[in-house]
Amino acid sequence: MTEPIVSIRNVSKKFPGNVIAVDNVSIDIAPNEFFALLGPSGCGKTTLLRMISGLETPTSGQIYIGNEDMALTPPNKRPTNMVFQSYAVFPHMTVEQNVAYGLKVTGVESGEIKRRVAEGLEMVKLSHLAARKPDQMSGGQRQRVALARALVKRPKVLLLDEPLSALDAKLRDEMRLELTRLQENVGITFIIVTHDQDEALSMASRIAVMDKGAVIQIATPSELYEHPKSRFVADFIGKVNLIDAKVLGQKGNVITCEAKGLGSMVLPCDKKVGSGVAIAVRPEKLKITRDRPKGAKLISLEGTVRDVAYFGDTSHIVIEGRDGLDLSVNVQNDSRAGGSGVERGQKVWVHWAPEDSIILTE
Amino acid sequence: MAADLKPGQGPLDYGSRLWLKLLFGFIFFLLYAPIVTLVAFSFNTDKRGIVWRGFTLDNYAKAWNNASLIEALTNSLVIAFLATIIATVLGALLALLMWRFRFPFKGGYDGFMALPIVIPEICMGVALLLFFVNSGMMDFFVAMPWPLNLGNIVIAHVSFCFPFVAVVVRSRLVGFNRQLEEASKDLGASEWQTFWSVIVPFMKPGLIAGALLAFTLSLDDFVITFFTSGPETVTFPVKVYSLVRRGVSPEINAASTVLIVITVVATVLAMKLQAPPKPAKD
Repeated sequence: MTEPIVSIRNVSKKFPGNVIAVDNVSIDIAPNEFFALLGPSGCGKTTLLRMISGLETPTSGQIYIGNEDMALTPPNKRPTNMVFQSYAVFPHMTVEQNVAYGLKVTGVESGEIKRRVAEGLEMVKLSHLAARKPDQMSGGQRQRVALARALVKRPKVLLLDEPLSALDAKLRDEMRLELTRLQENVGITFIIVTHDQDEALSMASRIAVMDKGAVIQIATPSELYEHPKSRFVADFIGKVNLIDAKVLGQKGNVITCEAKGLGSMVLPCDKKVGSGVAIAVRPEKLKITRDRPKGAKLISLEGTVRDVAYFGDTSHIVIEGRDGLDLSVNVQNDSRAGGSGVERGQKVWVHWAPEDSIILTE
Repeated sequence: MAADLKPGQGPLDYGSRLWLKLLFGFIFFLLYAPIVTLVAFSFNTDKRGIVWRGFTLDNYAKAWNNASLIEALTNSLVIAFLATIIATVLGALLALLMWRFRFPFKGGYDGFMALPIVIPEICMGVALLLFFVNSGMMDFFVAMPWPLNLGNIVIAHVSFCFPFVAVVVRSRLVGFNRQLEEASKDLGASEWQTFWSVIVPFMKPGLIAGALLAFTLSLDDFVITFFTSGPETVTFPVKVYSLVRRGVSPEINAASTVLIVITVVATVLAMKLQAPPKPAKD
């Protein structure tokens, strides 16, 4: 990894009343990364972001930005800018004044301000609304003002706190593409805080999954999805079937185990395991057939269709097996006739390849 | 299927009930009849101002030529102007303190500051009089040339006006989005720049409303002024009181009408200034 632009070292934050918001977090973020802090609400991700911006002070640990310790640098002197969740666009200023604000207060020369504001408005496609007041604009437009206002400062790092959460679904998709495009164009490191896994997976180059103040796993989106480190990550990122299993033995790269409702099976596994593991399988890796599947190595079981939810492009099917084992299966509806082709109450077989099983020890 | 309701017949259309309209009219009449009478009789030709005898503007000319009445009016306006400025600054600072900071005994301090609002005016008047006399401030100010001899009245007015300003400004500040302040600092502004370019503009409607309140409170205060004014410093309400004891003359009506016009104009101006911007489109 190249020299990190942001280096968070053993940072903790305690709030009065002994609430630990961030617990000994260390993250290195490389220049030009689109980095996401992902976690459920209350996991400390926003507090961590605010500590990077200087709006919050760590109880212990250091934050380096561009190799400089930021401990004594107030927010107005840091090379970071933030896009707030509420946008925090100044209501008494026009769009133009809003975007110029950060340059004006730091004494940038007026010709330069004019040029950079025009450029910033151009970048977020708001040039035609320069004279508007924020209360005459939609949420998406205010969001762009907040973005332009931060970007004209040319920060080393742009911090975004749940930037898409207040937008409606359609606008969110649009803005998601636009943020990725902007990040590529301006070449600034983006750190985004989100609780929405789709947002993180589709935009970020790397994701740190957080829970209860601690970082659980830092990885690329596909690695997080296909190789989650723990039950929490597997469950939080995407949908997953988690099956408890008792380990009977481990030899080389395979384990033999007894899984709930499935009986004993042999699975590939390259890490040391204890006596109990969880087998995780993504719903789209499961296949449904009417008859018993052929192929000796496949893991299969017979069950009853309990629920079919139709989503247009896919159908989500819940199948009830033995011993209270429920499996979710995603089926592509790839022909116009018949949808998923299964009905509630029908007996079917479910199977998947052993290498599609993820063995989780935590 | 019932027939369609006529407008105003719906179960929730209270506003169009006849008895409610009559009640509204009656209350409106009770509230405004005295003021209308006052204004109307300022144009009366009758000297004693009891029966309507005809229209004239003489009373305004007489009031204008009554030097002591004009002096009292000027005093009142100067006092109200000075007291408003000082009370608005003090009140705004108090509001900021209570909104922004946490300190020991804040609750008690808060209640203590609001005391002038609840304390009976007569008590406040007597207290201020005793204070001014015993501290020697009364003699000090009385000996001063105009307008400095109004100093004790200005101080008295500020002391009962500023808590009202503080209440109004503070209730405005409650709605402030702290992220605006954080955004300002994040964009490179210092504490001082943030205060002047983000917080003060937000407080502006509260400041205007508070100032207006202080102005009207000061302008028509009688009790406290009566106790704290010196022999040479008579304000308009005190002057009117002394004139009325010798019988109501239409001049007083005229001068009062002028005062009403001044307050109404000030109110309208202030409301124009703090009018909310046009509602959002799209």
